Amino acid sequence: MNYHWNWSIFWEPAPNGTGTYLDMLLSGLVLTIETAICAWIIALVFGTIFGVLRTLPSKTASRLGFAYVEFFRNMPLLVQLFIWFFVLPEILPPSWGLWMKQMPHAPFYTAAIGIGLFMSARVAEQTRAGISSLPRGQKLAATALGLTTAQTYRYVLLPMAFRIMIPPLTSEFLSTIKNTSVAITIGLIELTGEARAMQEFSFQVFEAFTGATVLYLLINIVVVIAMRFLERALAVPGYITGK
Amino acid sequence: MFASFDFDVIRRSLPYLFLDGMTFTLTLTGLAALGGLIFGTLIALMRLSGHKLLGRIAGLYVDLMRSLPLVLVIFWFYFLVPYIGQWVTGASRPVRVGAFTSSLVTFILFEAAYFSEIMRAGIQSISKGQPAAANALGLTYAQTMRYVVLPQAFRNMLPVLLTQTIVLFQDTSLVYVLSIPDFLGAASKVAQRDGRLVEMYLFAAIVYFVISCTASFGVRRLQARISIVR
Repeated sequence: MNYHWNWSIFWEPAPNGTGTYLDMLLSGLVLTIETAICAWIIALVFGTIFGVLRTLPSKTASRLGFAYVEFFRNMPLLVQLFIWFFVLPEILPPSWGLWMKQMPHAPFYTAAIGIGLFMSARVAEQTRAGISSLPRGQKLAATALGLTTAQTYRYVLLPMAFRIMIPPLTSEFLSTIKNTSVAITIGLIELTGEARAMQEFSFQVFEAFTGATVLYLLINIVVVIAMRFLERALAVPGYITGK
Repeated sequence: MFASFDFDVIRRSLPYLFLDGMTFTLTLTGLAALGGLIFGTLIALMRLSGHKLLGRIAGLYVDLMRSLPLVLVIFWFYFLVPYIGQWVTGASRPVRVGAFTSSLVTFILFEAAYFSEIMRAGIQSISKGQPAAANALGLTYAQTMRYVVLPQAFRNMLPVLLTQTIVLFQDTSLVYVLSIPDFLGAASKVAQRDGRLVEMYLFAAIVYFVISCTASFGVRRLQARISIVR
């Protein structure tokens, strides 16, 4: 292979004046994590709401939940981001559209909201699966105790469901982190974007991508270990929670 | 809101969008799903072979692919495939590779990791008695897999495999980052040329939505039919 390797490139100053190439990648890493966390909060909130809707006895509520999930699941994330970023400001009243276009950090907010809503459909599916995996007796016992539907969910079903759902939610969170890279198409320079910029500035393609790869692997490992601790701490006594 | 809508731009670009763009997207999806399934099954067999080294290598590959964002993998292979081509053909310089080949290689290798996990679950879901009976009948390992285990695993996992293919169909839109004219890329080209972002992106969204929705509805029906049999 006649490729010129230069691993010390990471310690050389980057031409954008913000420090070394390694600093560039690390700032991308920070942006990736920030975007992922904001998106994840949105995904959890909306995912829980619509996941619960799907398990309610009301036909209208479960249909609404179904429609929500199908809507966000059947379009590619990239297309959804384009809609939020390019289409929404145009079809809103002009003054709102102008405000959206002039907003600082527009790619960041768009990415957080767009990825958050995209992931919320998957979280909703996990929430529904989590709630319906609970034994029927839980809900019946809550009703027998005189709890209202809202109380049943708040005090009985959701606390149990969330604890069972930690492993699938971990992988959804990892997908959220990975999906932030799609936002480079709307100009968010996160980790993949910084690696691409580093490749364009330095011509060291494989070093740049290796750097990003290693950082992504590190995030994955940290998240998996952290969630394993959380899972152990929150394990429901009497439930088999794996190894 | 729709007063300034120019529906004609969609009508004018239909042939380009579907004959060029959608053909690219569907061909890429189909071939990548097929290739991903074949490689994925091989990887799953490696992981379940009981051979320490093979299992370790396959596991590492799957874990690596699954922890990386697809966009990064697309960039990786876009630059790597010419060198792989050089290594395979023994040429003196990196081989020039077209956009389609490059993205096909990327998606096959990336999806193989996901398909392998599905096939692994499928193979593990088959009761131990099946390979044991095959063994008792004197079938070799290859024959056991070919005639007994894999057909059942494939059948059990068909709905999941098809759902993954729908995800793949949506994910192919990410070749946009290489400026390749797949369906979304074509829509985007027209959108930027004519300054009609709203119309083209909304239209693309609807097309993706209709195709994915129809396909997942079909998968759900198939699942219902298969589950009656068992």
